[in-house]
Amino acid sequence: MIQNNFSWKIGGEAGYGILSAGAMFARAMLRAGLYVFDYAEYPSLIRGGHNTFEVSVSDRKVFAPRRPIQVLIALNQDTVNLHTHELAPDAAVLYNTNNASVPGGYYGDGVTVIGVPFEDLALASGAERVARNVVALGATYALLKLPIEGLFAIIELNFTLKKKPQAIIDTNKAAARAGFDFINKNLSKPFNYTAKPLSNPERMIMAGNNAIALGAIKAGCKFLSGYPMTPATSIMNTLAGQAQKHNLVVVQVEDEIAAICAAIGAGYAGVRSMTVTSGGGFDLMTEAWGMAGQIEVPLVVVEAMRTGPSTGMPTWSGQDDLAMLLAASHGEFPRIVMAPGDLEQCYFMTQEAFNLAEKYQTPVMVITDKYLASSHSWIEQSGFKDLPIDRGRVAAEKDLPVGTAYKRYLHTKDGVSPRTLPGTPGGEHIANSDEHDEESFSDETAEERAKMVDKRFRKFDAAAADVPLPVLEGDSNADITIIGWGSTRGAILEAIEQLKSHRIRANYLQIKYISPFPVEYVKSVFKKAKKIAVVENNKTGQLAAWIREQTGLAPDYKILKYDGRPFFSDEITSTIKNLL
Amino acid sequence: MATEKDFTSTYKPTWCPGCGNYGIYPATKRALAELGIKPHEAVMVFGIGCSSNGANCYKLYSFHSIHGRSLPVAIGVKLANHELTVLADSGDGDGYSEGTNHFVHACRGNADITYLVHDNRMYSLTQGQTSPTSLKGTKTVTTPAGSINEPFNPVATALVSGATFVAQGFSGDIPHLADLIKKAIQHRGFSLVNILQVCTTYNKVNTFDWYKQHTYKLDATYNPADFNGALLAATRTDGKLPLGILYQTKRPTYDEQIPQIKVEPLVRQPIKVADLEPAFDSYR
Ligand SMILES: Cc1ncc(C[n+]2csc(CCOP(=O)(O)OP(=O)(O)O)c2C)c(N)n1
Repeated sequence: MIQNNFSWKIGGEAGYGILSAGAMFARAMLRAGLYVFDYAEYPSLIRGGHNTFEVSVSDRKVFAPRRPIQVLIALNQDTVNLHTHELAPDAAVLYNTNNASVPGGYYGDGVTVIGVPFEDLALASGAERVARNVVALGATYALLKLPIEGLFAIIELNFTLKKKPQAIIDTNKAAARAGFDFINKNLSKPFNYTAKPLSNPERMIMAGNNAIALGAIKAGCKFLSGYPMTPATSIMNTLAGQAQKHNLVVVQVEDEIAAICAAIGAGYAGVRSMTVTSGGGFDLMTEAWGMAGQIEVPLVVVEAMRTGPSTGMPTWSGQDDLAMLLAASHGEFPRIVMAPGDLEQCYFMTQEAFNLAEKYQTPVMVITDKYLASSHSWIEQSGFKDLPIDRGRVAAEKDLPVGTAYKRYLHTKDGVSPRTLPGTPGGEHIANSDEHDEESFSDETAEERAKMVDKRFRKFDAAAADVPLPVLEGDSNADITIIGWGSTRGAILEAIEQLKSHRIRANYLQIKYISPFPVEYVKSVFKKAKKIAVVENNKTGQLAAWIREQTGLAPDYKILKYDGRPFFSDEITSTIKNLL
Repeated sequence: MATEKDFTSTYKPTWCPGCGNYGIYPATKRALAELGIKPHEAVMVFGIGCSSNGANCYKLYSFHSIHGRSLPVAIGVKLANHELTVLADSGDGDGYSEGTNHFVHACRGNADITYLVHDNRMYSLTQGQTSPTSLKGTKTVTTPAGSINEPFNPVATALVSGATFVAQGFSGDIPHLADLIKKAIQHRGFSLVNILQVCTTYNKVNTFDWYKQHTYKLDATYNPADFNGALLAATRTDGKLPLGILYQTKRPTYDEQIPQIKVEPLVRQPIKVADLEPAFDSYR
């Protein structure tokens, strides 16, 4: 009997309420005092297709979805057919007899297979057919020997938040009860996995995009202009939902070019501003991204990657855009590029992004991906660290020179020139996308041009000395050092634990600040490491290439995956086992 | 009170002799000065083009952005600090080709911005290619056999897109133009001033004399509150171009409709340490 350690997965067509059932189950497990991590796969359409939602549940910290799956709820035939290889030998499969069939002997002997008329049960309990997903939750509760009251509470919460009338809540509870009773009647032998509520320590569950939005509010972001694009949109949604409370302005504009330009305008006028998008949207933004670099305006952009090129697979995950983001826009200018790897980092690094943008008056890129942006994980409030706000050098009227002209692009030691905000008497200047002199007038002379390029790049050197160094996590005397960036963090941490049971000691270097790059630190890691593997969700090893460009060093191995799915920890574990 | 001179930078304009920008530049400064606006209270966002090179010539908060994007930058500025007087300034290529999307949506949104478009019916900075407002058949280096597209109608487009102030001026009539720009700035909401402009170097068709023959001033009998009348004036089939305020109406501005900035502009709202406790609770 295994208690409080299982992975649960539900699958069905789009429109079957897969995402909402999954989210309810994840939240129910969180409220039961367990650690949860969820992961959803869905195509880019509203009806039809195949949607799945998996929730990994444990009484110990879980950092990534865990395979194999112990409980599979198949609301349609596709779910029966497509996930056999993901199942544990002693898994349970509850399939929808209204919609699917399982041939005898289809699953291994150890698998508990129960046909459940999910839709009949929904209708019989007075609910609509769509409540099949809630019947499935009731069935899950019985299977895992969980008290059904916890589920009732979540049903109540879910439908109250959706402003549904009491009658809907009641019929959904009845639907849950029907699923619960059905399993209790039809489960012939006890299931190997159970769950038991623990005390709830007030943990939260949220996605990376929520943590970024909250970090932005904490940082005093006052303006977001955006254009919807999965998987970035929910940052905009979250901030729009909080806009009135925290007095920030969120505007949906006509396209991504307008989005970034308006954010630049607001940043120039003196408020902390941002825009959020995905790869295709950022492609459109690139010219203005360079403008922010040239006119030296603070700007924060979040790029949540999906799988390209072009439309690619809009609702799937990948890390294909790093090389593009490191070089985006013509010309050379300092840019800060960072990639958080979990919720705590999403929250904290978003605050850092705003500070750095204003301190160095330059664009800052926060890279995430669909997996980090939209997978929900447990988080403790103590994990959310606040950062003091640093608004950089802003000159007020009293700071301006008397008798001489104000020099917007003054050549300073660290390249940062005090800026004036419009409305400041005496601080008039040209925010000039043309190359310019210190006074901001267009200037194309050879000498001024080179001096101004150097000035901008001194800011980059200053930022390089300012951004935190990465941290080598784990055993300092490891057999292998794993280097990664962004969302691979959770799977790598889990893989390192798994490798211990194979007597392999691995440590982990997450490159959080990719530009400016921690050249000396990474060189020292290479020097000490016995073997190095770079793990990335792309075809060409973009971080590995960047490491080589910055340090001249190449890893021993590149572990790459580019099928639109994130790494699962067991894949990293078995690959490394085979390499060593 | 600030004078025209206070809005004049030390940078000498580099436009060709006879360029219409020599009319638009003083007219704009005069409008700002006569309205009692101080240089530090005004932001002018330019695109890229001959006209936009004027960014250097004004002494105010000038923003020389990128081709076609003066409007979205200006809207960002306005939403961050709606107490500023915000103008966007573009050429016809800038505003009606590269930036058309922004133009149409700015009309819909009605942010309190004044949009000055230097309409010389030509891409001049890039040395004389056809523009969206060039007459059909215009021969240029890229259209040696004559342009094929029908000309874009900026004032009609503004009208049907929901602009609340639509005017047309002429670079050759500075007092009239200055008055239009003044009224456009005073108007609460999005105001377009399409400025018919000569390009002495590249546009040999739409010359000073051509404009004199093809334009007429809207007189006292014209009612700028009448939308249908404005549409008729904007779409005349006899090739005559009206000068003056074609249309003006009242509608709440974009910025007025955002409760968060009803009391104080965003930029003056102190960054308070946000209380995220209720937000956190919603994730429990
Ligand atoms: C993205 C981009 N495309 C093209 C150009 C080249 N370009 C500069 S100005 C211009 C057109 C200028 O015409 P208009 O806007 O009518 O202004 P004018 O020079 O006539 O005042 C073009 C195409 C550019 N700077 N940026």
